[in-house]
Amino acid sequence: MASRYFWWNATKKFFTIGLVGITVRDRFGSIVPERGNSMSPTFNPRTNTYGDDYVLVEKFCLEKYKFSHGDVVVFWSPSNHNEKYIKRIIGLPGDWVATPYSSDVIKVPVGHCWVEGDNPSSSMDSRSFGPIPLGLINGRVTHIVWPPQRIGEIERTVSGDRISSL
Amino acid sequence: MNVRSMKQWSSLVKEALDGTFLVAKFLCLLHVTNTYLCTVAVTYGPSMLPTLSLTGDLVLAERITPRLGKVGIGDVVLVRSPENPRKVVTKRVVGVEGDRVTYFVDPKNSDRCQTILVPKGHIWIEGDNIYASRDSRNFGAVPYGLLHGKLFWRVWPPKDFGPLGK
Repeated sequence: MASRYFWWNATKKFFTIGLVGITVRDRFGSIVPERGNSMSPTFNPRTNTYGDDYVLVEKFCLEKYKFSHGDVVVFWSPSNHNEKYIKRIIGLPGDWVATPYSSDVIKVPVGHCWVEGDNPSSSMDSRSFGPIPLGLINGRVTHIVWPPQRIGEIERTVSGDRISSL
Repeated sequence: MNVRSMKQWSSLVKEALDGTFLVAKFLCLLHVTNTYLCTVAVTYGPSMLPTLSLTGDLVLAERITPRLGKVGIGDVVLVRSPENPRKVVTKRVVGVEGDRVTYFVDPKNSDRCQTILVPKGHIWIEGDNIYASRDSRNFGAVPYGLLHGKLFWRVWPPKDFGPLGK
């Protein structure tokens, strides 16, 4: 009888923790690993010998979908909904973005944004799939939390010569 | 006297904490159900006539099928609008990735048709009332990641209570 009571209590605790955990992850923030070197040197610079960087992703930005130039965001890949990418926002709706490899200038449509990795030589981003809808964005990366010697805030870097808002 | 009031206080605080925790747990349960199982939506506007009425229907949408990637042609879905990420629109899936979709470019004025191939990881959505609907004919195929839920049950108005067919 006592053991049944124990298991019942344990299950209840387990479910409660799960519910609270999922809610915090979806509503407030989560910690995710950054794979690959598409955002080097901001994340995973070549000198990183301790494995991947872990970053803090905040979800409050999803209430209003207001972003600024230079924000680093997590979003679902437009071609595969099970994959998430971390990239930097270069252009917001209404901006004209210069594509680096051709002389084209593209206007970012309403409700979309132009995302690029910090390491242009190896990055799947808007240069290959075009502007992405803001609705695909899943959170904003604010800090690096692991490894310990790289803990710190992420800067909003904006390269001014690439965009112009007419 | 002092000890008694202390005891009263501590029991009051304990009760308040318990109550708060219970409410928090309930909200977490609500969030998880709403995000992973089933959500409630009110649809209005002319774009889904005659399936959904103009004045506003209360419908239930399940969120399991979109997550598993099993949404098929003919399903009525909730999609985060690619033009405004804060808006969720109701449309019908007309084509999934790899399909060829033929659509009327401007049904009000001409019979001109166009055929396009739906790209990988995208779906083609259209309103049932093609004369008054902003859908994939305006903004192109939408990424699967914007899918929010699949409508399956109509709750209001009561005379139409029941499952929503294909």
